Amino acid sequence: MSDQGWFTSRSDELIGWARKWSIFQYPFATACCSMEYMSVSCSHYDLERFGAGWPRWTPRQSDVLFVVGTISHKMAPVLKTIYDQMCEPKWVIAFGVCTCTGGFYNNYATVQGIDTIIPVDIYIPGCPPRPETVIDGLLKLHEKIQHERASMRGREWVKESATANV
Amino acid sequence: MSDLIQTLRSRFPEAILDSHSHAGDDTVVIRPEALRAVAAFLHDDPEVGFEILMDVTAVDYYRRKPRFEVVYHFLCHRRNQRLRIKVPVAGKDPRVATLQDLWISANWMEREVWDMFGIRFDHHPDLRRILMYEEFEGHALRKDYRVDKRQPLVGPVN
Repeated sequence: MSDQGWFTSRSDELIGWARKWSIFQYPFATACCSMEYMSVSCSHYDLERFGAGWPRWTPRQSDVLFVVGTISHKMAPVLKTIYDQMCEPKWVIAFGVCTCTGGFYNNYATVQGIDTIIPVDIYIPGCPPRPETVIDGLLKLHEKIQHERASMRGREWVKESATANV
Repeated sequence: MSDLIQTLRSRFPEAILDSHSHAGDDTVVIRPEALRAVAAFLHDDPEVGFEILMDVTAVDYYRRKPRFEVVYHFLCHRRNQRLRIKVPVAGKDPRVATLQDLWISANWMEREVWDMFGIRFDHHPDLRRILMYEEFEGHALRKDYRVDKRQPLVGPVN
């Protein structure tokens, strides 16, 4: 059976399932969106239901980077370093419209979307996004993680699986 | 006219271009050459004695001549009194004297004015950009800095 890929696809499914329910997140909170992040991560909306309740305060132990709030050009190298410090497998959520596109800060100081610096998996627009939007984004990330070929994460195969399934 | 402005007017008759106390805010416009003398008086005079330089900023009037105006806000705790000093500065190679030897707080605020408006402060010990990075081109709060200008390190350059 293994030569038909049965074993690999089953184990990918299992690993994906395990990964998506144990997201250790790193909140990179720089601006007003972090208030909404606090709201969504506390008991009222309870991200723990989706296995993402526990922020780790070091990128080295985190799976998902929440970029929460406006990123200025001076902050950009810091964000890049944080991202580089994270171990594979890792995902990035752009939380709020400033991280997605720069938002209404089309000016000299603001990065016009963090995807100009680091790859982004899920964009959550909104200024700031409602907690429901964040949960929706998190569930979309779940879907993405579940359908990724776990064994190929971090290689060029990732792109293929990412576009194919989500 | 407030007592303070009267004192300044009688002491520096040549230096003062204009003054008003609109809404209780004492404001004096002085010649840039006289800035050091007036500042030293404000700092050292036992009667006047402004301990705190609260803010240094600038305005770009763009089409007006002289183009810039550097604005200083002083505070005296003992008398609970504030004073605003404005110094007109020419648009070409704008320069004023530093006040950081009198009020140490001027150091960073003058760096900010240099960073944002490109106004140099003569004899400032460390006039580097403070908000933006060294590779930044231009001065962001000048009126002729395009709002959607992209920096070379950021790109795409337009």
